[in-house]
Amino acid sequence: MEFIAQHPVLVASLVKIVVLLVILMTILAYLSWFERKIIAHIQSRWGPYYVGAHGLLQPLADGIKFLFKEDLTPPASDKLLYILAPFLALTLAMTTLALIPFGPATVSIFGHQTHLVVANVDIGLLFLFAITSLGVYGVALAGWSSNSKYSLLGGLRSSAQMISYEVSLTLSVVGVLLLAGTFNFNELVTSQQGYYFHFIPRWRIGPQFIGFLCYFTAAIAETNRAPFDLPEGEQELVGGFHTEYSSFKFAMFFMAEYANMVTVSCLATILFLGGWLSPFPERWTFMQYLPAVSLLALAVYLAYDTAVNMRGIARFQLAVVTVLAGGLGFLCLLPGVMPVIQGPFWFTFKMGLLLFFYVWTRSTLPRLRYDQLMSFGWKLLLPVSLLNLVMTALYVIFPLLVKRG
Amino acid sequence: MSAVPISYYLVLSAILFGLGVVAFVFKHNIITIYMAIELMLNAVNLAFVAFARAHNQLDGLVFVFFVIVVAAAESAVGLAIILTIAQNRQSLNVERVNQLKF
Amino acid sequence: MSLPFILFFVFAFFAVVGAILLIVAREPIHSALALIMVMVALAALYLLLGAEFVAAVQIIVYAGAIMVLFVFVIMLLNAGVEERTNWSKLAKYAGLPLGVFLLFELTHWIARSAVGKSIANGSEATNAAVSTRALSEMLFRKYLFPFEATSILILIAILGALVLAKRDE
Repeated sequence: MEFIAQHPVLVASLVKIVVLLVILMTILAYLSWFERKIIAHIQSRWGPYYVGAHGLLQPLADGIKFLFKEDLTPPASDKLLYILAPFLALTLAMTTLALIPFGPATVSIFGHQTHLVVANVDIGLLFLFAITSLGVYGVALAGWSSNSKYSLLGGLRSSAQMISYEVSLTLSVVGVLLLAGTFNFNELVTSQQGYYFHFIPRWRIGPQFIGFLCYFTAAIAETNRAPFDLPEGEQELVGGFHTEYSSFKFAMFFMAEYANMVTVSCLATILFLGGWLSPFPERWTFMQYLPAVSLLALAVYLAYDTAVNMRGIARFQLAVVTVLAGGLGFLCLLPGVMPVIQGPFWFTFKMGLLLFFYVWTRSTLPRLRYDQLMSFGWKLLLPVSLLNLVMTALYVIFPLLVKRG
Repeated sequence: MSAVPISYYLVLSAILFGLGVVAFVFKHNIITIYMAIELMLNAVNLAFVAFARAHNQLDGLVFVFFVIVVAAAESAVGLAIILTIAQNRQSLNVERVNQLKF
Repeated sequence: MSLPFILFFVFAFFAVVGAILLIVAREPIHSALALIMVMVALAALYLLLGAEFVAAVQIIVYAGAIMVLFVFVIMLLNAGVEERTNWSKLAKYAGLPLGVFLLFELTHWIARSAVGKSIANGSEATNAAVSTRALSEMLFRKYLFPFEATSILILIAILGALVLAKRDE
């Protein structure tokens, strides 16, 4: 116990890492459920429905399937790189989430008042881009080491796409940096506090709307998602760079892709959508009950669904989920928890909105051909990001120019 | 201040530079030789940053920035040249491209 | 053995191991990966020296762009296996010990010289990290001309690479 008292920062960091890992793995697993359900409902069908109540145990079933599948290794492949590539992809994708703050400095763990972030780095944004730019290696090495034409072509195409859109990604963020003047994530969020006319939040999506559009488009291309997913589209290249991967390594590539999606959405909420800030004015303190109220409403709906629609084991499973939701709702009503849960609740809500947008574009838009993709990235997106940067720079420096001359 | 003495960093920079020279002299593949050049540049960067910290000046860091930028430009052109040579001579062995006449 | 020392030796170990792997590896792609390991270890050492911005630029530009270029070229050219030459007896039994001895000698005399002692003290060094704002002020005020000149240099490099890599039509 004195170890905890002597090194509060270290123990607090370990606790935060464990909590983040647990929550992250759950989110990654259920993101696949979320995606399949939404794509299915857009296509007028139900999606996973039978495995658990409303298909909620589908990720568990998929995980068990991946664990028990036969693990093939292509005979002439480069064994070291073949095993290294998915680990690299997953590790880099999950490392970026250590830099992202989920809430303000309201929590004190073991007497150490802390933001809800694992690592509060002064140049957090720059480091996040550094780790993202290393993510190209996972894809390139996977394509190379599989010793197959489909994989090599898919890997090269995919990594060329990633490095092309990385430039636009970085440039579209610099506008926000010019307005905020700092790389630190916490300060980037707190500089978006305040309201225009007392009720429109001062988020950076207003001044930087073009930047947001460029950023999100570049992000969809960077994470190899539709409509930019030619390198891994099944109809075009069999499987792209993960053709020769099976069972757990394949699952790792999938988890890496979802983790990249989550990272990019988190970054978009912090930079453009105000992070953990609430969109409602501070005077409306009754809005603090919103997390609890929404969870309890969900519990009521699930209770109705359990009683009326479900039969058999599904009824029992959904009852369990209802009790969980109700329990969480009541937990949010506790006076100790309520101020703490506000930041993460709004952060998760905005992130969920962006993830929904990701899945929506996947199920709606057709796939871009590779040359269309590259010409879009270099000939349209890059000039637009540069234009956004120049206009923001002019806006920032205009008062100084006027003062001078 | 329990910081690491700067001379440790200088010795590490010397070791890396020496290993870069060894790789440059003993390898056959053009691309590996080019990578040895990048290793030498990195070792020099480390020495610059160490000295910048030792004298508490920022000029060393600015110089590192310029070295990285120039290395990027040089890699782009150098690798384009290597691609052209490989297409013309069909070999990446440096002992087979040692004559100006094809 | 305080934490900075342990971190220094860990990352220095990775850097030297990466450099040795660069020499010893049989395939160019393994050498490229070893060089990436060296660069990431060096970025960590820059962080230890307090240069945060330089560490991030090293990873973004060097390890994340230049080495990606190297890996692409190796994959495109399908650079084969390095031929293994047996080192001559002279190199193995005389060269290697002499090299190690030279290294020890250099370290000894560097540490004992006046410059070495003053650097080892690090008495002028503060422990604070260099802020990006200070670095950028120096970059845009004192070194503005080299900055603009390097941007022209990059433009020339892009044009050169485009012309060289273009197929004759």
